[in-house]
Amino acid sequence: MRHIATITWLTFHEAWRRRMVLFAIGLGVLFLGIYGLGLWLINDSLPPRLRTSERQIGFSMLMLAGLYVTHFLTIMLAIFASADSVAGEISTHTIQTLVTKPIRRWHIVIGKWLGYAAMICLYISLIAGGVVLLVRLISGYQPPNIVSGLSLLLLEALVLLALSLLGGTRFSTLTNGVLLFMLYGLSFIGSWVEQIGALLESRAAVNIGIITSLVLPVEALWRRASYLMQPPLLRAVPTPFNSSSPPSNAMVIFAVIYMVVALLLAVWSFNRRDL
Amino acid sequence: MNELVIETRALQKSFGHKRAVSDLTLQVPKGEIFGFLGPNGAGKSTSVKMLLGLVAPTGGQARVLGHPPGHAAAMARIGFLPEHFRFHEWMRAAELLKLHGRLYGMEVDRLRRRIPEVLELVGLSEHANDVIGGFSKGMLQRIGLAQALLNEPELVFLDEPTSALDPFGRMLVRRLLHELKARGISVFLNSHLLGEVEATCDRVSFIRAGEVLQTVTLDQLQAGHARIEVRIGQATPELLNELYNLSSSTPEQFEPLPGDVQRFVITLPSDQQIPQIAARIVSSGAQLYGLTPLRNTLEELFLEVVGTQDSGQ
Repeated sequence: MRHIATITWLTFHEAWRRRMVLFAIGLGVLFLGIYGLGLWLINDSLPPRLRTSERQIGFSMLMLAGLYVTHFLTIMLAIFASADSVAGEISTHTIQTLVTKPIRRWHIVIGKWLGYAAMICLYISLIAGGVVLLVRLISGYQPPNIVSGLSLLLLEALVLLALSLLGGTRFSTLTNGVLLFMLYGLSFIGSWVEQIGALLESRAAVNIGIITSLVLPVEALWRRASYLMQPPLLRAVPTPFNSSSPPSNAMVIFAVIYMVVALLLAVWSFNRRDL
Repeated sequence: MNELVIETRALQKSFGHKRAVSDLTLQVPKGEIFGFLGPNGAGKSTSVKMLLGLVAPTGGQARVLGHPPGHAAAMARIGFLPEHFRFHEWMRAAELLKLHGRLYGMEVDRLRRRIPEVLELVGLSEHANDVIGGFSKGMLQRIGLAQALLNEPELVFLDEPTSALDPFGRMLVRRLLHELKARGISVFLNSHLLGEVEATCDRVSFIRAGEVLQTVTLDQLQAGHARIEVRIGQATPELLNELYNLSSSTPEQFEPLPGDVQRFVITLPSDQQIPQIAARIVSSGAQLYGLTPLRNTLEELFLEVVGTQDSGQ
């Protein structure tokens, strides 16, 4: 346990000292500033005779738009922060003095994953928490299922981190980054195909969407999160930021299994690798 | 037989069809400074990596400090400076040592005592709080050495430990090796700097194409090869004949120097004969200009064992 904690500390500390956390959070705060200003201006210009349910729908959509940005930034942060983690230390040979300590290789993989998870957790709490808080402060609207919704955002990042560490044990930093990005793109497109398929009642399109979600369940998790965090009234209307045909709970379970398997494969692959 | 810190039998490593190490059979007893010599590409680094569990062998057996390579219980008692030393460049020197100390499993108190000690040992005390990213290559190699000695290891692997060091750094490594030896610590030294190996090692193995060709003890080597360059003037043929006859191999003769000074190299069974030779020359009435023991024996042996062909690697 002590060794895992040391590697977790090292990973988080590195992200901090290389100012990755600082810039990510700094730019996130800038986003929150612009977002808050927009909310305030919109709130100010709404006709006073608007009904509460209409205001709620409007602010729910605005909040989901803000969370969508957070979701996208979280994914980018997870990919860019971790793609170099194992691959880079192997290619620079930094890894050699780490693994020749009385430490097991799986300690390194799990420690790194936990370190990035801590960073992402901090990021989501600040930025997604900021979005929810700003909407609440300016409009008084509070979405349902905040905790489960934001947990799904975290799970997305954890899945990507596990996959990134797995890739890093075999591929170079660049290849790993490109691969993760392409897989995310696939998951993104698949998710849209599924939504449009559901709207047009095309079974084939829905199936394509489900298959791409199985390849990488990241975008599906977002759709589940946005479904949970919107008022029931809005669930029937598709917008770019929410979901009218939400992935089921089975997809969440699948994502957890996916993450665990990716981590186990990363450990297995790293154990067998000559360094 | 002394306790062995490293023992390997027919250790092999192939990368696809390429054989990096074909037959590594070694025994290193406790307390020995063991030199591992060979041309570039001979499989020296791969061998070290196999002994440390970085690279999985494709055949043979190895035990390091009584455990299979890479075993955590053994690794706590081992120090390692890799050939390509790179560290987390955003860290400060003392911070890096703290990290490595934690990975060694060292207690906080011990670490607090050891960090200034090893920084002092490698001459980096004044740079304890400097960021490693700004270090020169030589300084990086020094901090690498500090990291390898931090846990007061029983066995130290040094892979080309002076490749980036200036003459001061090299002297420091030499001194360190003598200190380690005095404390009974075993060292596995990979190097192709023969002078360094000759000055520090007890025993040397020559490796080529992943195979141990010959292992020699350096004391024996020097005792058996006392080569002397002699320069004398006005030597009688009888004296020259007598000196040539003392040589255990054919004397190497050179063109006479100006003033009819003869110059030749003879090989004596032992360097204890040198004073007798000096006395004999002086008593014959000849003029003694020089009697110089030649110490490039390891280089000659290297070329003899490994061959003169440059592999180009």
